[in-house]
Amino acid sequence: MKKNVITSLILWTFCLVVALPGVAFAQDEGAHVNGFTGNAQSGKELYRRFCVGCHGDEGNGEGNNAEWLDPRPRDFTTALFRWRSTPTGTLPTDEDLYNTVTRGIVGTLMPTWRPLTPQQRVDLVAYIKTFSPKWITQKAGTPITVPAEPAETIEGVLHGRELFDKMQCWKCHGPDGRGDGPSAPTLTDDKNLPIRPYNFHDGTRFRCGETNQDLYKIFMTGLDGTPMPSFADILQPNDAWDLVHFLRTLQPLVHSKSRELWLAYAGSHKDIKPIGAE
Amino acid sequence: MKFSLREKRAKDFVCGFLVFLVLVAIFLTFAQPAQAIPAFARKYGLPCSACHITWPELNNFGQVFRDNGYQMMNDMDSPITRDASYFPASIRITPQWHRESANNQSIDVLPITETSGEKQGTVTQAGFDLSGMDMWFAGTLFNNVSFSVLPSSDPTAVFHFENAYVRFDNIKGNHWFNFKVGKYELDLPVSEKREWTLSGNGGFYYIYHFSPFNDANPFGGIGDNQTGIELTGHSANSYTRYAFSVVSSLDGGVGLAYGCTAVNTNCSSPAGRTFDYYGHFEQAFNVPNAGYMKVGAYAYYGFAPTFVESSGAGSTPLYGRGNKPFYRAGAEWLWYTNHWNLKGVFLHGYDNAFLANGVPSNTPTGLPAGLHAPSWNGGFLEAEYVISPQWVLLGRYELIRMSQQADPTPGLGSQSNLDAYTFASRWNPFMFSRAGLAIQAEYSYIRSADITNQGGAFGGTCFGAPPCHISSNSLFFATDFAF
Repeated sequence: MKKNVITSLILWTFCLVVALPGVAFAQDEGAHVNGFTGNAQSGKELYRRFCVGCHGDEGNGEGNNAEWLDPRPRDFTTALFRWRSTPTGTLPTDEDLYNTVTRGIVGTLMPTWRPLTPQQRVDLVAYIKTFSPKWITQKAGTPITVPAEPAETIEGVLHGRELFDKMQCWKCHGPDGRGDGPSAPTLTDDKNLPIRPYNFHDGTRFRCGETNQDLYKIFMTGLDGTPMPSFADILQPNDAWDLVHFLRTLQPLVHSKSRELWLAYAGSHKDIKPIGAE
Repeated sequence: MKFSLREKRAKDFVCGFLVFLVLVAIFLTFAQPAQAIPAFARKYGLPCSACHITWPELNNFGQVFRDNGYQMMNDMDSPITRDASYFPASIRITPQWHRESANNQSIDVLPITETSGEKQGTVTQAGFDLSGMDMWFAGTLFNNVSFSVLPSSDPTAVFHFENAYVRFDNIKGNHWFNFKVGKYELDLPVSEKREWTLSGNGGFYYIYHFSPFNDANPFGGIGDNQTGIELTGHSANSYTRYAFSVVSSLDGGVGLAYGCTAVNTNCSSPAGRTFDYYGHFEQAFNVPNAGYMKVGAYAYYGFAPTFVESSGAGSTPLYGRGNKPFYRAGAEWLWYTNHWNLKGVFLHGYDNAFLANGVPSNTPTGLPAGLHAPSWNGGFLEAEYVISPQWVLLGRYELIRMSQQADPTPGLGSQSNLDAYTFASRWNPFMFSRAGLAIQAEYSYIRSADITNQGGAFGGTCFGAPPCHISSNSLFFATDFAF
């Protein structure tokens, strides 16, 4: 009898070992970045080591520390991601997720995971994609094209300033870009949690990167899950670049040609109409 | 009630299934995710497994965090960004049961009777015990300015400063240029302060502290924290790192004096007015599908006095003189795969003949004939198997071989040679947001050709003529916790 029990035990254990990984990663679509192919099983081990404290076992952003964090950790089960190169409403590319893992999110407690090997980061991306069935039913969006950046001119900066006023960006970001516009206190994210607009004055880096191209992408893709919409249907590429150049003038901690041009212009023109004035 | 063969098989099958369910339930109960937060992790909301292979040993993410001056570099590092109630303090202590045993000991034939003669025997001690306690304060003072203060006690709560320093990082925005000043652990190939073997025999790396038997050099080894200034630099992912230290020739002592040593028993013996130098460089490489590998080299070049300038007919020591050099140099190879971590460290040591033999360098007749400058080679191989962030196994082999003895007496060729074996299991039953607890089992065995025991809880005298071999072992069970 003892032998039969042991045989049965071995059989069940075998079933578990063989079948469970198949069930757990049945929706594993993998991840492919820079020649690396992600392995969700390896990613799971890494996730348990590095990410579970904030993002939680289920990937729902309800980790042990989540309630102490502001902003709250990303909920992977919704497959809504802010930092994308793809149009609003679409899934990000593997590379977008990889870049976020690599870069971290400045101003939050999400650190850069550059110390992990590229393979490990791609493994993590593969595992993150197992949290939502959307990765099975939908394909990632096609990355938008970022046209070549035009030269920074005072005319472009002034046009960007006009757009900032006309499109009422200041209502959230404030007339001076301090994130203190009249609508700022009312903003919430997709979880109905309060969310603050970006404060250009204090920051040197954006959460999605630090280049002008990164800023351009924000206008054209929007930040899904936040009140920041996509302006791809409204803004022409040249308009978007002018807006980028104007926003650089709001960053005293960042050296830029646009800010130099603006300071020179503002110094010699005392009759500039304030942003947000009726 | 009788069962048919088929019914019996069905019953056995169900029995097997129930046993299987119980085993799975037990496994799931203990396989909880790691979520520990000591002082730094509490600040950043990360599980302690993010920075540690298993605490306190750092993984590469933790190494980068440390190299950046305990900063995540996400504009959330300065204390002004944190809740005002946050205070970066941790404590660590290790209640334990341990057994220490050494053979070939010299024992009085009749206890407490000096004239009864000596006999050979094995000495064994065992019981519940306590480690010393660390009270570690460490954090940032501002962006790119951080500190560490670690008052550490022995088991009777007598404290000393294990480390105390301020560090300045990313000078001019350059992560290749950082420095710290104070008392600190040298940038060793494998940190001894962060190893998780703790027993009397296995709780340290012998080569980091080795001195040949009767060597008069007061330097305690590169494993001792030193006092000075350190310049460091690293690549963004810390795959390339360097460290260069200039430290006072004090072996980490304070009051500009060497501490007590086996030979230099005058604990206030003044040190010389020289500096020692230490450098370490390491480079890591990604290994396709197998983690990353590090190689590196290091060297320590120092001086120690051979006599003391004094007054009052020798009654008042003033400062050390007649400094003579010594060095330790070596290389490392470390490989971190998904589950296996393999480490190999090599060291070559040398002490000047005056220094090693305790001969003042101003002796009119010079060095007595036949005395040599001792040199030795040593190293260790260590393998860790990381079952999960909560459970790791370790095996280590360490050896030291004298290549030249200071003492010319024939037959001493192997004196001070040493072999050490350590095996350990460290399991964290839980790790949550403010504390870490590890349950550790460890066994360590050493065999040394020496007069006194190199490790263990006691240091007896070997029964026999040198080189006299002592075998010593430690058995250790502990609860190691940090809060």
